[in-house]
Amino acid sequence: MATPVLDKVEAEAAASDHLITVTFRVRRFNPEVSADAVWEDFQLEIDPKERVLDGLHKIKWDVDGTLTFRRSCAHGICGSDAMRINGKNRLACKTLIKDINPEKPITVEPIKGLTVLKDLVVDMEPFFQAYRDVMPFLITKETNEPTRERLQSAEDRERFDDTTKCILCAACTSSCPVFWNDGQYFGPAAIVNAHRFIFDSRDEAAEQRLEILNDRDGVWRCRTTFNCTDACPRGIEVTKAIQEVKRALITRRF
Amino acid sequence: MKIHKYDTVIVGAGGAGMRAAIESTKRSRTAVLTKLYPTRSHTGAAQGGMAAALANVEEDNWEWHTFDTVKGGDYLVDQDAAEILAKEAIDAVLDLEKMGLPFNRTPNGTIDQRRFGGHSRNHGEAPVRRSCYAADRTGHMILQTLYQNCVKEGVEFFNEFYVLDQLITEEDGVKKSAGVVAYELATGEIHIFQAKAVIYASGGTGKFFKVTSNAHTLTGDGQAAVYRRGLPLEDMEFFQFHPTGIWRMGILLTEGARGEGGILRNKDGERFMEKYAPVMKDLASRDVVSRSIYTEIREGRGCGPEGDHVYLDLTHLPPEQLDAKLPDITEFARTYLGIEPYTDPIPIQPTAHYAMGGIPTNVEGEVLSDNTTVVPGLYAAGEVACVSVHGANRLGTNSLLDINVFGRRAGIAAAEYAHTVGFVELPENPAEFVVSQIERLRTSTGNERVGTLRRELQETMDANVMVFRTEQTIKTAVEKIAELRERYKNVSIQDKGRRFNTDLLEAIELGNLLDLAEVMAVSALARKESRGGHYREDYPNRDDVNFMRHTMAYREVGDDGAESIRLDYKPVVQTRYQPMERKY
Ligand SMILES: Cc1cc2nc3c(=O)[nH]c(=O)nc-3n(C[C@H](O)[C@H](O)[C@H](O)COP(=O)(O)OP(=O)(O)OC[C@H]3O[C@@H](n4cnc5c(N)ncnc54)[C@H](O)[C@@H]3O)c2cc1C
Ligand code: SF4
Ligand code: FES
Repeated sequence: MATPVLDKVEAEAAASDHLITVTFRVRRFNPEVSADAVWEDFQLEIDPKERVLDGLHKIKWDVDGTLTFRRSCAHGICGSDAMRINGKNRLACKTLIKDINPEKPITVEPIKGLTVLKDLVVDMEPFFQAYRDVMPFLITKETNEPTRERLQSAEDRERFDDTTKCILCAACTSSCPVFWNDGQYFGPAAIVNAHRFIFDSRDEAAEQRLEILNDRDGVWRCRTTFNCTDACPRGIEVTKAIQEVKRALITRRF
Repeated sequence: MKIHKYDTVIVGAGGAGMRAAIESTKRSRTAVLTKLYPTRSHTGAAQGGMAAALANVEEDNWEWHTFDTVKGGDYLVDQDAAEILAKEAIDAVLDLEKMGLPFNRTPNGTIDQRRFGGHSRNHGEAPVRRSCYAADRTGHMILQTLYQNCVKEGVEFFNEFYVLDQLITEEDGVKKSAGVVAYELATGEIHIFQAKAVIYASGGTGKFFKVTSNAHTLTGDGQAAVYRRGLPLEDMEFFQFHPTGIWRMGILLTEGARGEGGILRNKDGERFMEKYAPVMKDLASRDVVSRSIYTEIREGRGCGPEGDHVYLDLTHLPPEQLDAKLPDITEFARTYLGIEPYTDPIPIQPTAHYAMGGIPTNVEGEVLSDNTTVVPGLYAAGEVACVSVHGANRLGTNSLLDINVFGRRAGIAAAEYAHTVGFVELPENPAEFVVSQIERLRTSTGNERVGTLRRELQETMDANVMVFRTEQTIKTAVEKIAELRERYKNVSIQDKGRRFNTDLLEAIELGNLLDLAEVMAVSALARKESRGGHYREDYPNRDDVNFMRHTMAYREVGDDGAESIRLDYKPVVQTRYQPMERKY
């Protein structure tokens, strides 16, 4: 380890313990008050190293308690706070102010393609329904349960590692133009979660899952726009996973 | 107001709640009420692993694991419970694998295991590989796997339902659980769930601290609900401060980082843990490491311009190892600190992490109304509960284990109990407390804000009842909390609506935090000794003569309506192990 003198972080911290003024431009909607959604601006003093979620909290806790959004873990692990920030789907808790050009107003709006219920809160039920529809659980045919663990080689485990990381945040599905136009489409997240089992060497129901995804609202609707891959806060190669499922459908090899 | 009837109602859909639900849904008509969508629960944030003496990579057995758990808990652990935990650990891990959990694998294809703090071979000889893991995403995988299996079993969830009150009815002189009252976030509607058995699995209460690894939603709602109804809370003074939180933010960097070979260093680059724990070094138990870090900081060897943190150094580990074993926490360092852990050490400080105390239960998960009496129909499991397998300090990887072992036990016990009894009658006007609480907050014109009071609470807790405590600091906290509780009566909210009123719920959650903070501080004041996570500078030694006992805190309401806390004590169950000095 380098001799720890004032290193990068601390130098930065010392330099930027100053606050900057930013404008949060938030899409507001509350049907109890009005049928129309409107933009509302909030000026905030904030440390640029803070998260967009911290900014929303400052508004809620110090300015306007009616501002409504979901959140829990605050570090990108629970999937609660996917929203459109400056026009891109991101997690508010994983987006630092300094990384999104704070000189201009920061726009925050709900993710698209799901019904907005209030402010940044959308109806997640259709999203979870699509997830449940792909049978997202290990299916085995063995009649006798093994007494110990099933064996799996490190390579076989690695085969589906990428898609195990999904936190069901819906950033991918709600960035997909096909999903915006047709809510019946399963959407990338459901396919990612099907992939997680199709390519798990322990699972024996790949054929069934592939049949589900062969449906007219299944994988073939994907037009490979890569929005989903760009949006995924877990860095999952979503488009690649969808391609692999398509290929498995053609070759029946997985 | 809607009334529902279920055999079993589970409050919470984290690891403990869903493990219970998988069992109870097979056996009884079950509803799971959860304030978050199940996959949002904080179990998903757990990183390092789940302990079990599988002995897949080196010799190990459940007796060694029991010993480590008892010693780690500074002998305040109930040893019968610890033995169950360690024995059933093996099946708990194998069950998860069978449910589909993608564990990391050894070259033979078995579940891989790694080192973790306080887990040792043969009663403290050397660190042992006991933690079963999936990279640094073990909690995520457990949460996803359990949710997947809940989907498979058709578990009935009520998502975004906040349980705000516990219903108790006295029958033949016995207090019994009759059900719970819940608030539906989407609509503001109040629901009564009448149930033969209720299981609390609502998680921890870390949000009364500022620097914490806990989610915003960990506000101790379950603990507060039963406490308000006169049931005791056990060992609330024992809170774990995890050594390695990201500096200022508190986001956790798993102990697995040290298990993989990471080293703590002070500003001189010195591996200071060698001084404090010559054998286990950086892998000594968490309370020991956290105190050592603060000792370094206090003695002027902290890092940075303010000398207020130390470093977690991973730079000597091969980047491939970091990518394979610690992908998430290295990404946290990059995202939140702009640091590259391949080449730069990571600034860390202790972070409030885990509530050892909670709702007292026996090993079947049945809740106690005093030292021995069971409340029929009431169960608890997971971080909300105190069995007590963690005593004064929980070992890393023992909580993911706890939620699986005791979640399963509570699920079975509750469902089986539900088959043997009828419904307990609901109290008259069951929603009364919740309705009046909500009306008061909605109509209040007071001038106090939730955000301000919470901030002041967190500041006083961080300053006064964290890693080091004295009579003076605890008293300061007690007084401040009393002031905040007074001011809380004047809290008002801006959102008066019914739809997704998170303003209202944050106010209610703050009330819970204030109640529990008071219990913690009062319990800490009375414990004039140092043990595990509770360190009193004015009483630096463990005092087995006077304090080898669990604290039981009860809420008392006088005839004039004045509230107070009554403390009582409960003996520790000791079987095999006599208390010894704790050295690592
Ligand atoms: C960052 C981090 C890392 C950790 N790493 C490890 C590790 O590596 N190994 C280990 O063993 N332990 C670890 N722990 C500890 C462990 O993860 C937790 O103690 C454990 O997951 C708690 O599980 P639970 O089911 O009790 O609660 P949670 O998972 O917190 O779930 C609580 C549930 O209760 C619900 N709920 C809460 N209040 C209400 C209410 N009023 N009404 C309805 N529902 C409600 C929530 O919606 C949620 O579903 C870690 C903890 C943290 C914070
Ligand atoms: S694939 Fe990525 S973007 Fe899509 S739901 Fe999962 S984590 Fe979110
Ligand atoms: S709050 Fe959990 S992912 Fe952002």
